[in-house]
Amino acid sequence: MTIPIPFVHPGPWAAVAMISAIVLTSTAGEVLTAAAMKSIGDLDEIRAHSGLRGAIRAVLTCPLFFAGVFFLALAFFALLFALNHLDLSLVAPASASLTLVTNAVAAKIFLKENVDRRRWTSAVLVCIGVYFLAH
Amino acid sequence: MAHSRLSARQYMILGLVALCAPLGDTCLSRGMSSLPGITLAHPATLIAAVFTPWIGVGIALLIGFFASYLTALSWADLTFVLPATAFGNVIVALLARFWLQEPISLERWAGVVLITVGVGFVAQGPSLTERPAAEAPDFHEVAEPSIELKQEHLR
Repeated sequence: MTIPIPFVHPGPWAAVAMISAIVLTSTAGEVLTAAAMKSIGDLDEIRAHSGLRGAIRAVLTCPLFFAGVFFLALAFFALLFALNHLDLSLVAPASASLTLVTNAVAAKIFLKENVDRRRWTSAVLVCIGVYFLAH
Repeated sequence: MAHSRLSARQYMILGLVALCAPLGDTCLSRGMSSLPGITLAHPATLIAAVFTPWIGVGIALLIGFFASYLTALSWADLTFVLPATAFGNVIVALLARFWLQEPISLERWAGVVLITVGVGFVAQGPSLTERPAAEAPDFHEVAEPSIELKQEHLR
């Protein structure tokens, strides 16, 4: 006979900590992965010249890619952990919308992307839109 | 190389990015909510969760998402690809309304409109930041040149 484990709803600070962990690890992972893919170059062109194996080899021989995957894996387990304690309707929109903004800031600082007014507007509109969509 | 206009194939890859992510997340949520509470004291239970059916399907969808996401990042900026991925939420909301006949509140319609306008904004601009030629990555440094290229070089 299995003993049912009572569900304890976490407090607001625990929820903030769980969502922050997802946002920070996912931002680090996405920026590192984007940097890796930019250093590799256009995968479609690599595949056209060297085939699928060449494209896979180009990705798997890039150390930055593995650093990105490490942080994305951390973000994935942070998401699984949060989904076990919080509702999807809170975790998914909160982490997705906040990650959009942190990624725009990180992309401007670390990837030197041209985050112009158009992209800031887009990030903010999508961020609010994701929030509305989940409530 | 700046790609201000994307090809149909590139739009298809962005579509895959947008669809696989929310569907994968939904499968993960279904799988995780059916499991008993997991604590940090027993982290191995998180590993065991990976082998349950719903989480397995979720992971398969997220692998599809990751492959198309990496391809998109190789020819577009992160700040271009990310809003496009959020469009998946709109697709899921429209499927819920017109396929599953679920009611959608005014707030959710506002969310659909905001995301669509946001994605429209970023899609009108260039997909890749222009850089001087010296800064541009050269894929020939990491990719093995094809036999045809090698033969052409020898000629």
